[in-house]
Amino acid sequence: MTNSNEQNGVAGEDVVDEIDKFAELPDVPPKRKLKLSWVGRIASGIVIFWLVIAAVGPWVAPFHEMDMDGDDSFLDAHTNEYGTFYLGTDYLGRDTFSRVIWGARMTIGISLAATLLAYALGITLGIAAAVKGGWVDMIISRMNDAILALPSIMLGLIAIAAFGSSIPILIIIAGIIYGSSVFRIARALGLDIMVQDYVEAAKARGEGIWWIIRSEVLPNAAMPLATDFGLRLVFVVLFISSLSFLGLGVQPPAADWGSMVRENLAGLTYNSWASVWPAFAIATFTISINLIVDDISAKSGGSLAKKMV
Amino acid sequence: MNENTTEKLLEVKDLRISAYNDEKQEIPIVKGVTFDIYKGQVVALIGESGSGKTTISLASLSYTKPGLEFTGGQVLLNGEDMLTAPPLRKREIRGANAAYLAQSAAATFNPAITIGEQVTESAVLHGILSQEEANKRAVELYYALELPDPDRIGFRYPHQVSGGQLQRLMAAMALCGKPDLMVLDEPTTALDVTTQIEVLKAFKKVIHEENSAAIYVTHDLAVVAQIADYIVVLYSGEIMEQGTAEQIINNPTHAYTRRLMEAVRPKPAAGLGTAVGAEHTRDIPALAVKEMTAGYGGIINGEPAVTILRDINVAVDNAHVVGVIGESGCGKSTLARVMAGLLPPARGDVELEGVKLAGGLQERKLSELQKVQFVFQMADTALNPKQLIGNIIGRPLEFYHGLRGKEKHAKVSEILKMVELPPEFANRYPMELSGGQKQRINLARSLAANPEVMLCDEVTSALDSIVGANVIKLLTALRDKTGVSFVFISHDLSTVASFADEIVVLYAGRVVEQGPADEVLEPPFHPYTRLLISSVPELRIGWLEDTMQKREMAVGIAKSVEIKATGCPFYNRCPLGIDGTCEQKTPPIRTLENGHQITCHLTVDQLTEAEQHTQKILHGFEKLEDKSLNAGA
Amino acid sequence: MMLQMVLRRIAIGIATILVVSVIVFVMTRLLPGDVAQIILGQGATPETLAVLRKELGLDQPGYIQYFIWLGDLFTGDLGISKAGGATISSLIGGRFGNTMLLAGLVALISIPISIVLGLWAAMHPGSWLDRIITFGTLSTISVPEFFIATIMVLIFAVELHWLPSTAMLADNMSFLELLRGLAMPIITLVIVVSAQMIRMTRAGILNVMSSPYIEMAILKGVPRGRIILRHAFLNAIGPIINVIALNLAYLVSGVVVVETIFAYPGLAKLMIDGVQTRDLPLVQACAMIFCTTYVLLILVADIGSIVSNPRLRHPK
Repeated sequence: MTNSNEQNGVAGEDVVDEIDKFAELPDVPPKRKLKLSWVGRIASGIVIFWLVIAAVGPWVAPFHEMDMDGDDSFLDAHTNEYGTFYLGTDYLGRDTFSRVIWGARMTIGISLAATLLAYALGITLGIAAAVKGGWVDMIISRMNDAILALPSIMLGLIAIAAFGSSIPILIIIAGIIYGSSVFRIARALGLDIMVQDYVEAAKARGEGIWWIIRSEVLPNAAMPLATDFGLRLVFVVLFISSLSFLGLGVQPPAADWGSMVRENLAGLTYNSWASVWPAFAIATFTISINLIVDDISAKSGGSLAKKMV
Repeated sequence: MNENTTEKLLEVKDLRISAYNDEKQEIPIVKGVTFDIYKGQVVALIGESGSGKTTISLASLSYTKPGLEFTGGQVLLNGEDMLTAPPLRKREIRGANAAYLAQSAAATFNPAITIGEQVTESAVLHGILSQEEANKRAVELYYALELPDPDRIGFRYPHQVSGGQLQRLMAAMALCGKPDLMVLDEPTTALDVTTQIEVLKAFKKVIHEENSAAIYVTHDLAVVAQIADYIVVLYSGEIMEQGTAEQIINNPTHAYTRRLMEAVRPKPAAGLGTAVGAEHTRDIPALAVKEMTAGYGGIINGEPAVTILRDINVAVDNAHVVGVIGESGCGKSTLARVMAGLLPPARGDVELEGVKLAGGLQERKLSELQKVQFVFQMADTALNPKQLIGNIIGRPLEFYHGLRGKEKHAKVSEILKMVELPPEFANRYPMELSGGQKQRINLARSLAANPEVMLCDEVTSALDSIVGANVIKLLTALRDKTGVSFVFISHDLSTVASFADEIVVLYAGRVVEQGPADEVLEPPFHPYTRLLISSVPELRIGWLEDTMQKREMAVGIAKSVEIKATGCPFYNRCPLGIDGTCEQKTPPIRTLENGHQITCHLTVDQLTEAEQHTQKILHGFEKLEDKSLNAGA
Repeated sequence: MMLQMVLRRIAIGIATILVVSVIVFVMTRLLPGDVAQIILGQGATPETLAVLRKELGLDQPGYIQYFIWLGDLFTGDLGISKAGGATISSLIGGRFGNTMLLAGLVALISIPISIVLGLWAAMHPGSWLDRIITFGTLSTISVPEFFIATIMVLIFAVELHWLPSTAMLADNMSFLELLRGLAMPIITLVIVVSAQMIRMTRAGILNVMSSPYIEMAILKGVPRGRIILRHAFLNAIGPIINVIALNLAYLVSGVVVVETIFAYPGLAKLMIDGVQTRDLPLVQACAMIFCTTYVLLILVADIGSIVSNPRLRHPK
């Protein structure tokens, strides 16, 4: 406000000096830059690593996912005439290392597609329900409650029993099941924003519903939804992997982390780690995502709790 | 003050407290503060937000808010340094030697534990009293604090009692362990004026009876004048001036203290409002509300499920400022929402320049929406945090007037200038502005629509006194310059009195008095207006005692608001009420000169007569016990 | 008012179970196409198909089929399994008991562990043990159940040879033998379920811990233990009851994987077998049992949090 007073004589002249001297103390701007701790940075590195592997895996893997060049099943790391088997072979003598790399594409790809579908469904319907309210909200919400009232694995099992298992069906099932959680969050966020004074102000101005959604609701819902995307992706990875592990997800011979664990489980008793490596791959991917989400979410409560004696 | 004043209780020596930001940079909050408190003395820490007053007061309990750290100095309580006390010693001191009273009792009482347990907890935990003794002392304190049903209120849960009662119960909680020092952090700021006076009186009484020393933290000089012996004026973590209450109130020496005093608006009285330029006058009112009833829930036969406003008639003349005054819950914000079309009325009309408006937003024309602009109370929530200031102000220009590109940009700069902000602010986000600046942007957005009427809902209530005073100055200048009319809603009568041409007094959803400001603020008064005027604290030592002498205060403040369909809503608090009439029949509107209206069963003569009695009491001619005042009966 | 809310909640619970039954029915009977064909497979003769269709009532309109199915469900007639033509009730009988035994033991062990560790972590935020608990539980909830199971097998069965790598359950086992036989599935499920409960208990308490009344308690000189156990816990109890019930419900999905991996003769294993062989009547029955249990647990949680709310228990 320093240069404001000379521009017009609105404020009383007699107070000019003293206003400047004892200017209103500015609010401390919340400098919340996206700053990750070292744990968060390592985790981001791991997530990016897996995303890259998922994208270029087939071109960097030493063997094709279905090649059976490993002489025999459940071998330790070794080299033969075809190349080096860094992580040994699986129950059919295929290279575990290559299959983990190929599996990244399948597991992460299906999960990402399903999560994106869940978001497309959830946000569209959630914001629509929040903005429209009334019977639209009523109908969508009740249907959503019914989906949420079932354990996700049960819904998955019933759906697979009914329709069989294929990759598109897996994506649609996971998309609908997790879309219902996204719906709930998007609707809650939408309702929260719709009662804010700035939306009320836009309504009082006579703004149309699309302008309000685009300019007021979405920009304010974007960040919380982005954070939730990570959590949702983890759930979808676990869901798809669990189905695959049960033999109901991705079907052999395609390489997928969940089904690889199942196929090679018998090897554990022969001291083969062929089932541990894909499990380990899932764990590094999902734990890293959760660590990043944990890092960027505001930590509440802890600060006051530290004041206890 | 009393005979113990020579003995020092608390010595604050060169106290320094800092915050640390994400980059671990030190930000000093308290920059070397030194003052003393003697036994039995009430010391006020006064300053605006950011002055460090709460932070300093908490140091006496060896406590800092999360994120703050002590960086230097000493705080000696009974000669013992609080800053270096070991953790277990801190726990012993808190509640036993020094006790804290927070601003919002509603938030500081644990909702899951009975009031009695919370009041006695500290005293029992510290081994000062046994549970039985503590319970007994708590009941004594409830009596002393004039709480209703003192023997049983302790068995209740916090949500079962009112806000003003909780505030007094918190005083009982602090006093139960007989602390040497009480820290009162803005304990009356969140309360209505009529409740504030009651709580202040109770605090003053128990502080005196318990002979306790106290730190009283506030931004309100008028409140300080009633309760403090000694005043410390703070700005930005430094002491500007300190001295006895008489010295600071009657003879301030520092420029900042004088600024604070100027921002305290004078006692509401006639002749404070500003005159309107003749060039703006017109025949038809800019905005009028006729026979309007409004509320929430389904409407059956023009009666909403929950009625908030009943039979309201208000006219806003061109280039006039209509002040709407009333306590929280009286329906003043609802009135503005009906005018803006945010809430369609159940019955009655809203007229813009003589033309009837549709009730709801959807049916109103764009030009009609543009002419009536609503300004929200909290700039923090009224401005979208994700939009640039330039876009916030630019949107109405584009939306109503089709301005784009350079034209819009130039107009945004012009409007920023009108609200006394530099044009560079267009490229900032609301987060980067101070509270007062945000409120100016909030006004600027409405101004950009080029409206006929601006509806301002408590726009200065959340601001510090100096900042609020500057916003009022700005509004006056805008009115003179543009000829726009204002509906100015506030719970603060002195703010309204200093700015409004016309005043509407609302009580429990009805207009009890309205008319030109100079008429409303002069006798005869509606009994409720009288109560409001006498409840506004004055910047004068001894005002509280004087006011408590007044009969209508003693009656009026003790009861709470009841909303009724029939009879006079103010009857249960009215000192002049007529049994058998007031509670059954809706009072008639008495019209005086210049459109001044009072809604009361008493005639104008009776009201005038009652006012003369009040004046006599005020000037000490009659005693409180005098029963002859019952003018109406 | 509280009674009203509880009754309302029970009504919603019953309605939910009905909706669930509609979903299960529609998905397993109406959507897949010719159910008789699916059950009997490609080799079925038109005559046998016709017989089965009549038996299942497939010649009737959908809503009538639903009501017949629902009626049968209530009277305990769960239909006949495709595999060997045994009645489904006889298949489910003992296995339901096995699953409840496993779930019950897991609940018995995990609930006290979770609450104690969750409260402890909330009481000492930022301490090294809190960090370990936070990281450990975060990792556990991030990985699939079968990962935990695989690691457990690797450690306890393959490397240490302490425990059998599959579950063992026989009629004449002593309690200790039973515990040893069930150790692997129990350990796996306890880890999975507790991780979530510990996290949410800690978060529930810390969420309450940022309230002004906690700061007031600190300023009154209330000791740490009392702040957590009296001031914070009383307010967090609603959310914590919810967490416990939700995680017991979560056992439903945990059980599916764990029973498969350890070849445990429970209901979930039966259902997976049903899904693999597309034995739709069996899947329907198992799904209804699991979903009803789940809805009931959530109902209990909701009622728990209504009852623990002082505003509802002590109205104005």
